[in-house]
Amino acid sequence: MFDLDKWQEIFNTIEKNKMRTFLTGFSVAWGIFMLIILQGAGVGLQKGVENEFRSSATNAIWIWSGQTSKAYNGNNPGREISLKNDDYSYLGSQINGVDKISGRYNIWSGNTISYKNESGSYSIRGIHPDYQLVEQLTLVKGRFLNENDQADSRKTVLISKLVDEALFKNEEESLGKYVSINKIPFRVVGIFDDDDGRDDNMQVVYVAVSTAQQVFGGAHNLNGIVVTVGDATAEEATIIENQMKAKMASRHHFDPTDDQALFFWNSVEEFTRFRKLFTSISMFIWVIGIGTIIAGVVGVSNIMMIVVKDRTKEIGIRKALGATPGSIVSLILQEAILITAFAGYIGLVLGVGILELISDQIDTPFFKQPEVNLSVAIGATVLLVIAGVLAGFIPAKRAASIKPIDALRDE
Amino acid sequence: MPHTFINTNVIHFEFVVVVNNHKMNALIAVALFVVTLDIGLQKPQHNNTMMISLNNIHKSYETGSNKLHVLKGIDLNVEAGEMVAVMGSSGSGKSTLLNILGLLDMHDQGDYYLDGNLIKNMNETKAAQLRNKFLGFVFQSFNLISFKNAVENVALPLYYQGVSRRSRNKLAMEYLDRVGLLPWAEHLPNELSGGQKQRLAIARSLIAKPKVILADEPTGALDSTTSSEVMDLFQEINQSGITLIIVTHENDIAHKTQRIIKLRDGLIDTDHKNGHTKPVSKPILSL
Repeated sequence: MFDLDKWQEIFNTIEKNKMRTFLTGFSVAWGIFMLIILQGAGVGLQKGVENEFRSSATNAIWIWSGQTSKAYNGNNPGREISLKNDDYSYLGSQINGVDKISGRYNIWSGNTISYKNESGSYSIRGIHPDYQLVEQLTLVKGRFLNENDQADSRKTVLISKLVDEALFKNEEESLGKYVSINKIPFRVVGIFDDDDGRDDNMQVVYVAVSTAQQVFGGAHNLNGIVVTVGDATAEEATIIENQMKAKMASRHHFDPTDDQALFFWNSVEEFTRFRKLFTSISMFIWVIGIGTIIAGVVGVSNIMMIVVKDRTKEIGIRKALGATPGSIVSLILQEAILITAFAGYIGLVLGVGILELISDQIDTPFFKQPEVNLSVAIGATVLLVIAGVLAGFIPAKRAASIKPIDALRDE
Repeated sequence: MPHTFINTNVIHFEFVVVVNNHKMNALIAVALFVVTLDIGLQKPQHNNTMMISLNNIHKSYETGSNKLHVLKGIDLNVEAGEMVAVMGSSGSGKSTLLNILGLLDMHDQGDYYLDGNLIKNMNETKAAQLRNKFLGFVFQSFNLISFKNAVENVALPLYYQGVSRRSRNKLAMEYLDRVGLLPWAEHLPNELSGGQKQRLAIARSLIAKPKVILADEPTGALDSTTSSEVMDLFQEINQSGITLIIVTHENDIAHKTQRIIKLRDGLIDTDHKNGHTKPVSKPILSL
């Protein structure tokens, strides 16, 4: 029941004891504030890590051509090992667990791509149709390179949004137009966006790998092969990687323990490592968060204990004048609830406010858009208020049960 | 036989509290009148007009393994409207006696009747309600609430009766006027002199219209001029019919009362009347 007079008495007490109220409130507000900031930082870290992996498949194994570093079967070290179209077909059909596969044939530089009067220098990547899924390219319009482009070595090209904007001025439609790549005309079939934010993935045009090999003199060579392994675990992915390594070693006659002959990069392993790192970070943040709450609870209990100690004499006077134990307990508790709830709310608003404010400013790798789960924040606030009440209840109960004469003697 | 009567009395008392909580002032006045009448009618059934009746009161404190026997069987009757001084050297039990009389502490053994109510196995809540209704306290160290101003301090007992803020503050102003502190109404206790603080405490003890005022060394912290002013005030209060019990160790203070009880080693040593004016018997302090 709402008792106006009691609240007046409480507000009166709060008003006359500003310092005490401030200290109690501050410890609560600070606890909640820190909790929210830490939670926000944890979420920011999580999003940052996820973002780093967003733009390429997290289940891919990459292979690049290299040079042997160990002698093997009479061959000297330093022999170039280059991947061939055969390796692509072999890996695609002979290795269990391989889901998608694409070769890559790159012409890094020295390419001039032009349309009308506009031209620029971009990398050319020859790829298989599956590559879209591996690199997680976003199609803005048109279509991706398909099996027909590959089979017929069609002179078709997929250009990035950036290239599109550079070559086709005045918002001219680029689909179906012919751009000239090193003076050879290619028909634009699609425009893509690679939203990992890395510029070098945008200064690129894609053509079918067969076209690239044919037009730019690549014979049957590939610079690299990438496969995805479905939803294999890190252990399974490592097994697949080792299998591929062994097969490649025997096909290209190099020492299976030579890790320079072909370079392998297993993103599953990497991603798993990051995920473990992230799990540890998030656990760490929870530990800190719980620690903060405990510190807050201890702080509130401490202050409530001091408050009650401080008010022992006042309580004695009130009891002598006819205050019942119940009225003493409820007076102290209602004050505690009021202060902790209000301060908790302030801390909540400040913490969420600051997170919202910096959220848009911060956009660095591995830390992105910190935000807090509001139900967690509110839960923590409620918990702290309850703790404050419990912390106040025990000393208040004790204070209310001491004999008034003892309280009055307390000088 | 007295037991049954007391129980009914207590029930009436609770009835008053319930009504008060509803803050229906008009009804309170009527209820108070009815209850007062009630008690008045029933009083003759019990031990004539004794306000306080102690019968073989024992009290001991445990201090660690020792048991300190402070009161060793006190028999004392105080009539309504009496003004009594309780004296004795330190350790004689006078403060303990006052605490028991004031329901601030509970006796171990014996019977204590306060205005006909048997005080026994009383829980804190009931004791608090009885204190609020029947007793006023004045302490040596004033025991004012430091963050409340004069009016709020005086009005506090009425807060625990459920009287609304406006009407209790209005009444508090009247009592401040009565003790000559009206100009200091908005002042905090630490802005007042010792004498003013004690007058403030006296006004607070009066506001709930108690039947008994218990004062513990009320002049202990005051100089002789202020002491005598305070005693004059007490005498005036006593004239209005309120029973006063003053614990003191000063002879001249004691001699301003009508009866001096000297305690020694937990027993009443001497009990003599000063031969001053007979106690008056107006029922309630009239302002």
